[in-house]
Amino acid sequence: MQRIGVFVCWCGTNIAGTVDVKRVAEALKNEPGVVYSDNYQYMCSQAGQDMIKNAIHEYKLTGVVVCSCSPRMHETTFRKTAAAAGLNPYMVEIANIREQCSWVHKDMEAGTEKAIILGRAAIAKLNLNTPLTAGETPVTKRALVIGGGIAGIQTALDIADAGFKVDIVEKKPTIGGKMAQLDKTFPTLDCAACILTPKMVDVGQHENIRIFSYSEVTDVKGFVGNFDVTIKRKARFVKEDVCTGCGLCMEKCPMKKVPNEFNLGLDNRTAIYIPFAQAVPKVATIDPNYCIMKKTGKCGLCSTVCTVGAIDYNQQDEIIEEKYGAIVVATGFNPISMDKFDEYAYSQSKDVVTSLEFERLMNAAGPTQGTLLRPSDGKHPHTLVFVQCVGSRCEACAEKGKEYCSKICCMYTAKHAMLVRDKYPDTEVYVFYIDVRTPGKNFDEFYRRAVEEYGVHYIKGMVGKVAPEGDKLMVQASDLLDNKQLHIAADMVILAAAIEPDESARSLATMLTASMDTNDFFTEAHPKLRPVESPTAGIYLSGACQGPKDIPDTVAQAGAAASKVIGLLVKDKLTGNPCVAESNELMCNGCSACEKVCPYGAITYVDKEFRMPDRTTRVRRVAQVNPAVCQGCGACTVACPSGAMDLKGFATSQIMAEVDAICK
Amino acid sequence: MQVNEYKPLIVAFCCNWCSYAGADLAGNNRLSYPDNVKIIRVPCSCRVNPMFVLRAFQRGADGVILCGCHPGDCHYTSGNYYTRRRMALLFSMLDYLGIERERTRVEWCSAAEGAKFAQTMNEFTEAVAALGENKRLEDLRCKE
Repeated sequence: MQRIGVFVCWCGTNIAGTVDVKRVAEALKNEPGVVYSDNYQYMCSQAGQDMIKNAIHEYKLTGVVVCSCSPRMHETTFRKTAAAAGLNPYMVEIANIREQCSWVHKDMEAGTEKAIILGRAAIAKLNLNTPLTAGETPVTKRALVIGGGIAGIQTALDIADAGFKVDIVEKKPTIGGKMAQLDKTFPTLDCAACILTPKMVDVGQHENIRIFSYSEVTDVKGFVGNFDVTIKRKARFVKEDVCTGCGLCMEKCPMKKVPNEFNLGLDNRTAIYIPFAQAVPKVATIDPNYCIMKKTGKCGLCSTVCTVGAIDYNQQDEIIEEKYGAIVVATGFNPISMDKFDEYAYSQSKDVVTSLEFERLMNAAGPTQGTLLRPSDGKHPHTLVFVQCVGSRCEACAEKGKEYCSKICCMYTAKHAMLVRDKYPDTEVYVFYIDVRTPGKNFDEFYRRAVEEYGVHYIKGMVGKVAPEGDKLMVQASDLLDNKQLHIAADMVILAAAIEPDESARSLATMLTASMDTNDFFTEAHPKLRPVESPTAGIYLSGACQGPKDIPDTVAQAGAAASKVIGLLVKDKLTGNPCVAESNELMCNGCSACEKVCPYGAITYVDKEFRMPDRTTRVRRVAQVNPAVCQGCGACTVACPSGAMDLKGFATSQIMAEVDAICK
Repeated sequence: MQVNEYKPLIVAFCCNWCSYAGADLAGNNRLSYPDNVKIIRVPCSCRVNPMFVLRAFQRGADGVILCGCHPGDCHYTSGNYYTRRRMALLFSMLDYLGIERERTRVEWCSAAEGAKFAQTMNEFTEAVAALGENKRLEDLRCKE
């Protein structure tokens, strides 16, 4: 028989406000096995934990039930408390009477009743608990960063600087991501390239960092500390270790009409290309969809001019397999497609551009060398209209836009407007907005400068329609503060497109078994306290893959993710999860049903000798679980027809006892 | 509490990674749902043995709901697919035995869907309440 201590937490008024904690403690006193029951304001505080420790000693407790917040919050805390008092940490059960009781119910009577039942269920379960000891697994001291934008770069640099090996997998031919495409950054107007490219060079030269550019993660197996990752290095038809990045091939390539992705199709590149001058690695890549040699077999000009012989038209995709201890997701974002927003005439006029395209038009390294020219006729625009929240905060139009705020648009639009007015004082700049959101250090000051110093016309209201008329764009909009309709003949319209997670994120999440929200942003383990970790152990989140973020936030999160990874990699061994499946060999009939459902291949069959009642021995085939591989899902326990398979910590008898306690 | 007010007893099995966290989020956001919903935490929805569902009905539960991660999002890769198939079979059998379809449900709820969790529990409780007490499988010997 267990000797159970019950501790009911008030959590200030969080629990005590809706649940009569004293009554709960009193009611649970008479449950089977309970020898001690008490309540306290904050069980998780030092005093509360001491109370548990003292009771364990004084009443010789063999198990502890804490009626408090969710086990996702403080289970570890109370397990440590129990362990400190000499109890097995798995002899602790939590009854969740805050998140799943006091916070969702308003009636004191009903809340108290429910809390008692939840406590009773936890006690019933604990009565059947057995002490568990976790096994240990070694840690592979190498991290993988998926995505080579500013988030991935910063994370990789921080991990590498701490002395650990890092690999970056980037699907594009170069690292740099979206930040490499930007002109200036808010709110300081730093030149994006000037602050990013030195970091890119650092990554390229760091002895602890390997870059797999033009590569993709195709498979992930294993678990925290021991991931087995398959990476596909796509054939770039140029030997990466030989190419010097001189660019001669690009000059000679006869195929010059390939839309340039880096400039968002605003100009053309050649079929063999280096995305931009500061690319890392600075290696040419042949685009097989446009290369004349790859398509017709006749050309080979780049191979002829290459002085080092780097071109290899027969290069094949290379598959590499590597082991990692931790994985950081830094897959970033993309602006949404403007196809469904035809009211802004994006498909009808070249002079309607997205903000990222506008960024390229303003960039000294962009298609116009930084001179603001209309894409349609190359003339200087005089009237510019910026439209905010195109697809963002779009609750009513969820089928084409996003419900959330994209966070960065208000600030980059203020930046664009300011830069335009600064460079070209002859222009009129209008910004149509729902709200201007400027929460951030020096953000509001920046926005006010745009309005007050640079004379940008901010108008509260949305644009209803943009119609091309001659060489003008007729913008129909409402001014909500003046309550009137506006008609503006604009030269250019710039759309602040909502941002969404990269399209590769969804399949990656499935591979990593990391959870996502309905918008395909990765979910963090706790929205406040564990913002850079995925609920899946060993998977960390960096940058906009977790939610819309500006550069300072991204860099901060990247550093935080790196510190979490370093914290994992410095350990030589990890304590595993002892709640794994276990087969009762006497009951197992060797049917293989469990083996088939196990997603990890943790179950193997062995021939074992059994002594029979007549003193003969017989060899039978029985299931055996590898506790280092088992993750404890319990699929096998249900598949087992003879009931031989059980899950430690969530045993069939324990869950049955909970059901019984609840249904009493 | 009014004596005559009928409150169905709902047992909810929630997987640790998605729906239990979803339920916690409903709590964080103070999204209320009926107090007759009692949650049991399991590592994965596939841990729920059909026996647990039967046991709950035997012991007087009026409705049983299983919540797991969305298809494709299972923390254990494929657990919720097993749940889906197992429960489809079980529920149709229970229906045959006289436990109405409305008393059993499998629902997918992610860790980010606190609102969906609360809404699901409200709807499910309402549906079960409309049917009245479960007398069919209840084993009166279990009652004290």
